[in-house]
Amino acid sequence: MTAPLGKDLLGLEHLSADQINLILDTAEPLREISERAIKKVPTLRGATIVNLFFEASTRTRISFEFAEKRMSADTVNVAVSASSVSKGETLVDTAKNLEAMKIDMVVMRHGSSGAAKFLAERIESNVINAGDGMHEHPTQGLLDMLTLRQRFGTLAGKKICICGDVLHSRVARSNIWGLTKLGAEVAVCGPRSLLPSAIEEMGVTVFSRIEQAIEWADALNVLRLQLERMQAGYIPSLREYNRVFGVTRERLERAPRDILILHPGPMNRGVEIDSDVADGPHSVILEQVTNGVAVRMAVLYLLAGNSPQLADAAKGVA
Amino acid sequence: MANTSSIVLTARALERTVLRMADEIVERNDGTDNLVLVGIQRRGVQIAARIAAVIKTREQIDIPIGALDITLYRDDLQTVGPRPVVGKTHLPVSIEGARVVIVDDVLFTGRTIRAALDELADFGRPARVGLAVLIDRGGRELPIQPDVVGKLVEAPPGARVDVFITELDGRDEVVLDLPAAQ
Repeated sequence: MTAPLGKDLLGLEHLSADQINLILDTAEPLREISERAIKKVPTLRGATIVNLFFEASTRTRISFEFAEKRMSADTVNVAVSASSVSKGETLVDTAKNLEAMKIDMVVMRHGSSGAAKFLAERIESNVINAGDGMHEHPTQGLLDMLTLRQRFGTLAGKKICICGDVLHSRVARSNIWGLTKLGAEVAVCGPRSLLPSAIEEMGVTVFSRIEQAIEWADALNVLRLQLERMQAGYIPSLREYNRVFGVTRERLERAPRDILILHPGPMNRGVEIDSDVADGPHSVILEQVTNGVAVRMAVLYLLAGNSPQLADAAKGVA
Repeated sequence: MANTSSIVLTARALERTVLRMADEIVERNDGTDNLVLVGIQRRGVQIAARIAAVIKTREQIDIPIGALDITLYRDDLQTVGPRPVVGKTHLPVSIEGARVVIVDDVLFTGRTIRAALDELADFGRPARVGLAVLIDRGGRELPIQPDVVGKLVEAPPGARVDVFITELDGRDEVVLDLPAAQ
């Protein structure tokens, strides 16, 4: 049945292809606003948005904040260390207190999978998931898809391989769900210890060698290797990881076709990706960053005022 | 009871109207120096392109044509329900100090033009902004008036004026639809 959408963006798993395309099609013309001398449109004038971050984030929070400001919303940033959460207040109490001050939207990052849904079910404001645990990071998935769609024209039939720590990655999950809905073929590649055990059930191909992934793919989405993973024993060493799974120029030169390189950042240069790849001609990493602002502006626009359009689009109502 | 439709402009009449609008725009701006046409999405963009084509045959000069999508500047976004689709805004040249002529298909309440003026101001400060419309159907709700009018149509509030443009609709025609009398 139709996903309960229209108020919130919690993930891509329960969005339809129409809903995803609506967001991407809306984001496309919004890119131009960031090129203007006055980078602002009055669309969300008077709306108050709280960026509620229970986990450290620089680029996602900045990207959301730019998007909000370019749509003329008023924004407040709440970081966990500065909030009363450290005094034991629950997530819902925090949000209800914010809501009592008449806010319109909450953009939330939280370490627990499902936190965004939990919140969305308990407050009136629109909720946008900016990353929840190991579950989803829908706006990152959307900006990756927008970047790929701009380069390829369409995602249908394109082969995208997500490389690295898929196990802990909410970016990977959002990408897999979103890309497969738009008709792309998706694969994952990484050490078996960093791939979820039942990953094939998500409809993806699994490569255990990066050379196979490069042979197969039109684009690689290279995930950040969290350095903590080494201490936790998932990989023997960073150097070993780079030797076996690193995306290097030498490996890409043996590819049968030009491969687009994406990375959600921040990069560990010399670990999962080499500098001459990250800065090379096939890297679209900075385009991803530019598209991130446009995608988030589109989501803000489409959700503002509890828009029923996302829900309608799922039902096929234009 | 069926609505009554009448043709306001046929294809040939529309062509003549665009020719005259182009001449009036050039006259009003004392030539083509610093002239920029800005069409409003959607049909205003195509009409602006046709006007520019006429000016090119008359004056042997390419007038820059921009496109404005005013959706994000609408004053009724809080009330329209489903979010309207956002189109492309593109200005090929700086409008700072330019003589800008906004081009639209139908002028009605004036709210679209209010939004367009706000959006233009975010791109710079033109020396002058004019307004050219193919159809002025009356019914203004804001103090906005056109400088160049293709055709004045007396249309009561419930009526519809539909502009068909070959580039988008496969034919050139302007039709007035009057609601059935009670």
